[in-house]
Amino acid sequence: MTEEILSETSWHLVLVGVSTLIAVAIGVPLGVLAVRRSGLRRMVLGTAGILQTIPSLALFGFLLPVPVIGGIGTRTALVALTLYGLLPVVRNTVTGIEGVDPAVREAGRGMGMTDRELLFRVELPLAASVILAGVRTATVIGIGVATIAAAIGAGGLGVFIFRGLAMVDSRTILAGALPAAALAIAADTALGALERRLVPPR
Amino acid sequence: MAGFVEFAGAGFRLPDGRPLLADLSLSVAEGETLALIGRSGSGKTTALKLVNALLLPTEGRVQVDGKATSAWDPIRLRRRTGWVIQDVGLFPHLTVRRNVGVVPELEGWPEARVAARVDELLALVGLPAAGFADRYPHQLSGGQRQRVGVARALAVDPPLVLLDEPFGALDPITRRELQREFRALQARLRKTAVFVTHDLREAALVADRLALLDGGRLLATGTAAELSASARPEVRDFLEAGAA
Repeated sequence: MTEEILSETSWHLVLVGVSTLIAVAIGVPLGVLAVRRSGLRRMVLGTAGILQTIPSLALFGFLLPVPVIGGIGTRTALVALTLYGLLPVVRNTVTGIEGVDPAVREAGRGMGMTDRELLFRVELPLAASVILAGVRTATVIGIGVATIAAAIGAGGLGVFIFRGLAMVDSRTILAGALPAAALAIAADTALGALERRLVPPR
Repeated sequence: MAGFVEFAGAGFRLPDGRPLLADLSLSVAEGETLALIGRSGSGKTTALKLVNALLLPTEGRVQVDGKATSAWDPIRLRRRTGWVIQDVGLFPHLTVRRNVGVVPELEGWPEARVAARVDELLALVGLPAAGFADRYPHQLSGGQRQRVGVARALAVDPPLVLLDEPFGALDPITRRELQREFRALQARLRKTAVFVTHDLREAALVADRLALLDGGRLLATGTAAELSASARPEVRDFLEAGAA
C-alpha cells in the first residue's frame, strides 16, 4: 500500500506539473496578447472564466468523447487540468502587466525600446511576482482537480479516493486525500516563497 | 540656418479633437538649451514628446536634425535622444549599473564597453561606481536617482537631450545643487537640450533661452532678461506668479 501511495503521489505531481507548465506556456502569451489588444482581452478572459465554471467532474466527462484530445487516460486528464490552470495564469498575466507603472513603461519607450524589448526587459520582469501568484493558484487548484483524473483512468491520488468510495472505506479515501492535501500545502508554501523573492524592489 | 530641433506650425490634438498644442513654431539651435516653461496643461510636455516621436504632430511638422519626426524610425530617433523624466523613470528591478547601461545594451555594445561607459558616466554625475553601481533605485535618495537618470540619458552620447521636469520631485536644496551641476555639465558637453519646467527661476538658471507656453500656445520666447522686460500682460501674469 505504501509503495502504491508513493507511486500515485509522484504520478499525481507529474499530471499537475505537466499541465501547469502547459497552462503557463499558453496562458502567459495569451495574457500578453490580451493586454495588447483590448478586443481580445474580453474574449480571452471570458472564455477562460467560463472554462473555470464547468464542474471538474463534468469537464472530464465532456472531454471523453472528443477526438484527439479526449478519450480515456492521461491525455484527457492533462487537457482538462490545463484548461483549469489557464484562467489564473492569463488573468494574473494581464493584471501584472497592466500594473506596471505607466511612467516606467513610457521611460522605456522614450529610450527607444521596441515593444518586444519593453515586454522582456521591463513588463514581464516587473509582472513576474503577480504572474507567479497565478501559477501558484493554478497549481493548488490543479492538485485538487487532478484527484478526479482517476475517474477517467488517468491515475493519480484519486485512485484511492474512488476505490475508498466504492468500498465505503474511509481509510482508503484518506490514503488519497491526505497526500493530496499535503502536496497542495507544500506547493503553496514553496511557490509563495518564490513569489516573494520576485516582488520588484520598491 | 535651421535649428537642430525645429517646430514648424506643429500642433497636437487628442483623438477626440481636443487640442493640447497649437501652431507651435520654434527652433532650437545646435548646442543650445531651451527651456519650455508654463503651468501644468500648457502643452510643454506634449511639445517635448513631439520631439522624440512619442507623439506625432497632428498639424504642422517637427524636425530633428533636418528630418521630420514622422520620417525617422522612432526607435533610432529615441536611441539617439537622451530622455530624463521625473524620479519614476528608473527601472525599479534593475541596478544602477543596468539602468545606466540600458541603451548601450539595446544597441548591442560589448559588455566591457558598456561597463566602462557606465563607470565613466557615474563619475561624471558624481556617483562613483564603486559605491553606487550595484544599488537599486529604491536604495538611493531622490537627488541620487535623478543623477542616475541624467547619466542614463547621456549613455550613448546622444546629440540631443530632452528633460521633463527632471528636478521637480526634489527638495529645494538638492534641486539647486542639481540645477548648478546640470549647467556645469552642459557647459562642458554642449548638447542640444530641451528642458521642460514650470519653475521660472530654474529655467533662467539652466537655459540659454526660454519659451513660454500657455493653453497650448506659444506666448513668448527670449532670454530670461528679455521675458522679464516684456510688457505683455499674459507674460507678466506668469512672471509675477512665478516670482511669488
